Amino acid sequence: MAPVGLAHFLTLSVILFCVGLYGVLTRRNAVAILMSLELMFNAVNISLVGFARFMGNEVAASGQMFALFVVAVAGAEATIGVAIVLALYRNFRHINVDEVDLLKW
Amino acid sequence: MVGLTFAADVPAASTETVLALTPDLLGKIWLVPALPLFAFLIIIFFLRRTRMLAALVSIGALTGSFLISAAALMARIQHPHAPPQIWDFNWIVAGPLTIPLGCLVDNQSTVMLVVVTFVGTLIQIYSTGYMNHEPDFGFGKFFSYLSLFTASMLFLVLAPNFVQIYMGWELVGLCSYLLIGFWYYKNSAAQAAKKAFVVTRFGDLGFLMGILLIFHTTGTVMFLGADGALLKMAALAPTQMHLLTIACILIFCGAIGKSAQFPLQIWLPDAMEGPTPVSALIHAATMVAAGVYLVARCFDMFIASPDAAFFVAFIGGFTAFMAATMGVVQNDIKRVMAYSTVSQLGYMFMALGIGTSASFVAGNFHLVTHAFFKALLFLGCGSIIHAVNTNDMWKMGGVRKFMPITHVTFLCGSLALSGIPPFAGFWSKDEILAASWGSPHIILPIFGYVAAFLTALYVSRLYFVTFWGEYRGGDPHAPHDHSPLRDPAPAHDEHHDAHGHDDKPHENPLNMTGPLMILAVFATFLGFLNATPLHIEYFGHFMAPVGMEAHGGEHSALPLILSICIAASGWAVGYALYFKEPEKSEAMLKKQFSVVWRFLENKWYMDDIWAFLLKNTMFLGATACNWFDRYVVDGFFVMGSGKAAYFFGGLLREEHSGKVQQYAMMIVIAVVVVVHGVGVAEPTFVLSPTQIMQHFMKPGGTP
Repeated sequence: MAPVGLAHFLTLSVILFCVGLYGVLTRRNAVAILMSLELMFNAVNISLVGFARFMGNEVAASGQMFALFVVAVAGAEATIGVAIVLALYRNFRHINVDEVDLLKW
Repeated sequence: MVGLTFAADVPAASTETVLALTPDLLGKIWLVPALPLFAFLIIIFFLRRTRMLAALVSIGALTGSFLISAAALMARIQHPHAPPQIWDFNWIVAGPLTIPLGCLVDNQSTVMLVVVTFVGTLIQIYSTGYMNHEPDFGFGKFFSYLSLFTASMLFLVLAPNFVQIYMGWELVGLCSYLLIGFWYYKNSAAQAAKKAFVVTRFGDLGFLMGILLIFHTTGTVMFLGADGALLKMAALAPTQMHLLTIACILIFCGAIGKSAQFPLQIWLPDAMEGPTPVSALIHAATMVAAGVYLVARCFDMFIASPDAAFFVAFIGGFTAFMAATMGVVQNDIKRVMAYSTVSQLGYMFMALGIGTSASFVAGNFHLVTHAFFKALLFLGCGSIIHAVNTNDMWKMGGVRKFMPITHVTFLCGSLALSGIPPFAGFWSKDEILAASWGSPHIILPIFGYVAAFLTALYVSRLYFVTFWGEYRGGDPHAPHDHSPLRDPAPAHDEHHDAHGHDDKPHENPLNMTGPLMILAVFATFLGFLNATPLHIEYFGHFMAPVGMEAHGGEHSALPLILSICIAASGWAVGYALYFKEPEKSEAMLKKQFSVVWRFLENKWYMDDIWAFLLKNTMFLGATACNWFDRYVVDGFFVMGSGKAAYFFGGLLREEHSGKVQQYAMMIVIAVVVVVHGVGVAEPTFVLSPTQIMQHFMKPGGTP
């Protein structure tokens, strides 16, 4: 069995990303969509730290820094996301995004 | 005719530096049109409901204009050979084109100014009496319109270039429209106003094209000076002669419309729907004379083209004859006067078209005398109408007993119009007829003399039927049977005043008879300004075009005697037919000459010919244009492009479901497609995902 390399990290990242994307596109519950979104963020984080680990020293620190930033931004984004979900609930008494289609023609 | 010298060639050395008007007076000349304009603005904004104040402002402003004009005329008379003076400012400056507005002061314009302001003032004074049954609002409005008209007319007269004269031309047209339609609630008046406006517009179109042609040819729109349009046009090379002729005829088209010449004379009789002072001011003395003034102004140009000059003369002569025949059968006294005006204007054009110095003077002189005696006649008609409440001469009769002043003044005007010796019209008309003898075209004197006979006939008919015999007021059996369809019956509701038909009419107050008397004095004695047979030629020397021989030419006795005889015979026939038993004679004439009578009563069928022509040309074209506009421009292009956008938008809007996840799905699909497509195409500047992976795998695969 080959040692764990960049390919493994990236594969994991892709799988996580696709799972998250699938969730974002298919779930009807806004909270579930937010959770799926978090998965996609973290998939990207995994690829970032994976590259940082395997791409030599001069870029190592920056990859991990990016991951940290993404975590911070994701935290802020989640806050806004949840706030939107709350606003949604207040207006519609549900958080089913299928039925929130006021933007249509 | 062609070998004449022009103004620019003969600047007499001694008169070169003489200025007729002092700079001070010249600087005030703009007030002449401005004062009535101010009066108009003041009345329309502040004084619409104050009767006498409105009239006073209007009359006062016009009197001021008259005083300035008279001062200018005096100055010109003292130095008749001084060069024309111009007060102006640049209005349009666009590249090589400079159009100033301003005042051109020369002999011709000052004479016209004095005529317009003097007659205008008298007519306004008269209007205070004539319009006194108007409600307050209408009274003020009437005077504001009169002021606006006078301002426009003076603006036109003072124009130093074609553009300004055209502006004035349109402005007086507008005022004419407003004043003909003054009693707009009367359908016939509204229709007549519309007709006058549209018909004159026909001519104005030609005028405008003429101006554009002149500007195109000469590059200037100024009248006078060595580089003015007139001399440049007149000096065109013989190969460009056709341009000159076309330009002259186009300019003359404007005059045809405004001065109601054949074939556009149809509007003027209908214009009699307006109040009578309006008819006197606009449709007798001033506005309709603007066409004559225009041709006189462009005289240098017209005489350079014999064809155009003959065209003018022929149209004038023919109109003089035709309108006179129509005047003979009219029953509405104002309409008789309207046809008379058309006819007299025709004389003036004939005189100008003959194109000699003497005829030029004669035409201008007739313009002046006509302004006075025709204004007098119209005001006299108004005076009668005001008293008896009808326009129909067969319901009048015996008026001389009730209205002695009107009677005497009207008689003066009638004799002046028909050309009986001591009166003003004789001297001017005889001059024209004498000049027509010199013309190579034999048709012109024939037209002139036949029209002179008819003039005397219709005037005497009008005079005898109206003033002599017994008063027929309200007689239901009056022979008054012209077709109501074609010739709307005269309005009996023109005034809502106290005296009905049963009352005897009575003479009008002094503010109406005063102007009549003043005008009658002028109509009687004005001719002695230029009595050429007596070798009195004040006017002739004053008006003669610069550089042309000032003397009126030799006078043989034959034309003189002939014209006196013809005028006298016209009166004699009129007396014989209409003095004793007018109704019987009229009925007899109608029976004897029923075909001719009907032909004349229908105005030579000119209205019908125009209606037919318009129906078959203009209306067809208009219908086609309407169809094209409605279904092609609007239907296809305008509505079509809108509908196409709507249709395709409809297709696209299905995509906008409002479901965010669908949007996200599309974004994802798009990203996949793009990225994948880029990878397949493998352009050199972008790495495909596969390549990126490979790039990372190779060196870093085994750290």
